[in-house]
Amino acid sequence: MKILVCMKQVPQKDAPLKLNESSTWIREDVSYEVNEPDAFALEEALRQKEKHSGEVVVITAGPARAQQVLREALAKGADRAIHLEDSAFVSLDASNTARAFAAAIKDEKFDLIFTGLQSDDYGYAQTGVVLAELLGWPHATIIMQIEMTDGGIRVKRELEAGYFQFVDMPLPAVLTIQSGINKLRYATLIGIKQAKNKPLRKVTLAEVQSAIGANLQKIERLYIPQKTKNTEFLEGPPAEVAKKLVEKLRNEVRVL
Amino acid sequence: MADSILVIVEQHEGKLNRVSWETLTAGQALAAETGWTLEAAVAGSGVASLANEVAGKKVAKVYALESPKLEPYTPDAFAAALKQFIASKQPKLVLLPHTYQVRDFVPKLVTAMERAAISDCIGYKKDGNKLLFTRQMFQGKLAADVTFTCDAPWFVTFQNGAFRGDKVEAGSAAAPVETVNIEIADGVVRNKPQEVFKEAKQAVDLTQAEIIVSVGRGIKEQKNIELAKQLAEALGGELAASRPICDSGWLPMDRQIGSSGQTVAPKLYLALGISGAIQHIVGMKGARTIIAINKDSEAPIFEIADYAVVGNLFDIVPPMIEEVKKAKAGA
Repeated sequence: MKILVCMKQVPQKDAPLKLNESSTWIREDVSYEVNEPDAFALEEALRQKEKHSGEVVVITAGPARAQQVLREALAKGADRAIHLEDSAFVSLDASNTARAFAAAIKDEKFDLIFTGLQSDDYGYAQTGVVLAELLGWPHATIIMQIEMTDGGIRVKRELEAGYFQFVDMPLPAVLTIQSGINKLRYATLIGIKQAKNKPLRKVTLAEVQSAIGANLQKIERLYIPQKTKNTEFLEGPPAEVAKKLVEKLRNEVRVL
Repeated sequence: MADSILVIVEQHEGKLNRVSWETLTAGQALAAETGWTLEAAVAGSGVASLANEVAGKKVAKVYALESPKLEPYTPDAFAAALKQFIASKQPKLVLLPHTYQVRDFVPKLVTAMERAAISDCIGYKKDGNKLLFTRQMFQGKLAADVTFTCDAPWFVTFQNGAFRGDKVEAGSAAAPVETVNIEIADGVVRNKPQEVFKEAKQAVDLTQAEIIVSVGRGIKEQKNIELAKQLAEALGGELAASRPICDSGWLPMDRQIGSSGQTVAPKLYLALGISGAIQHIVGMKGARTIIAINKDSEAPIFEIADYAVVGNLFDIVPPMIEEVKKAKAGA
């Protein structure tokens, strides 16, 4: 079982974000971390490898700083890494990111490709599915469980409103992994040491340039959302506030 | 061919998904603004009656895309069917609700058509002849206005709660419905989906609830959940929670609201002791009215609340329950 895990480096959850001068992206001087859903995707790949043996390869696109994501993955047990290294990769749309990945792995033969279900920065939730279509592979999204079957896999898809569904599908396939599918491991000291000697292949922008085109969509303006609500604060002793609230429920909200 | 907007509504087992009406409202607003014709489509097997339901709204035409291979849902069949249909109709804009199903097939569909989708939008703007679609970035900390730099058809998906489904305009007369039989070759559909099932026994679909009373860390202890439950019952609403409450096992996971739980847009969302982390906000900001009770006057939940009470929920909720009961009794 050979599994590729697509990972992304994103600003830390609580990092204060500042806009760049043209208000089209954030200023890069923030702290970064691995996109959380991608960490679950990696963990699932490692667990599948432990069950069925094989190889786990991690891939990311971004400037030099993004290598940290790959180093952490190698320390946790991934076998090797691919780094599409260029700051230009940050501004690619989902379609071009998938095209760059497809070009970088064209000489490889994976059975499965995992991605997190979406990224915490763009949040498009598209790259994995686009990659599947480019490769001509079947896919399934928001996966909570993966089992090997004769001739393929059986996955558990999370649907809305508490529903689930098992889907049987052939290999190779692309799966987008839901956060919480498993419990994340920590890298061990030995793992961190071993990671230093594991192979990391760098891919330049020039190597995949012919596969990518102009972005199909463009961020015209990035901004801090305006507060649109006119909040009315209700004050007074608790019994009085309770009365006021219920009056609002009856006369304004009209649910009583 | 005149420029048109195509709304693709979503159905499950013969019922239209409520968020479909929100997307239709968005379509009506965009049609009014651009002067483009609004059409709708529903895909599945035996969906004529659903197409008729949509035809009662203000749309120029509704298409029922029929194939036995569209039931049960698979991304392969949906992408194949919609590619055929959209390629033949060439609408300017294709609008869909940002549901799990849409997330599953739309990136495949747009890639097959060499187009792009601006996904999970919360609104739109028109700047001269340019359409901009607003979406949240960095988990809601920032917003972005995004445009297409490719040719039409342009695909846009709208977040649950971005538009008011109850504001969808009815038509003056029923719109014509056309059944389009779609051919999907054998071998196109590779996935074999099994029956849909629910894990939790008392699983509840909070997306359909009109009133939701939701608790966060401020409820402090499991036994205090009862107080919120009493308020929910008095109001005739459902009980829900933020992620930490469900992680602690105080309420089942299927009552969780937020990015990893359900996304809701009820008439009333009453937040008790919820600080309002973005992961929670994305799941409930579409509520028509938000009431927040929290001890911390700096809590971000107050940013989006219509009515706010800075105070101790344990002081305010008990008299509130009594007042609600009185009001319901007609006193």
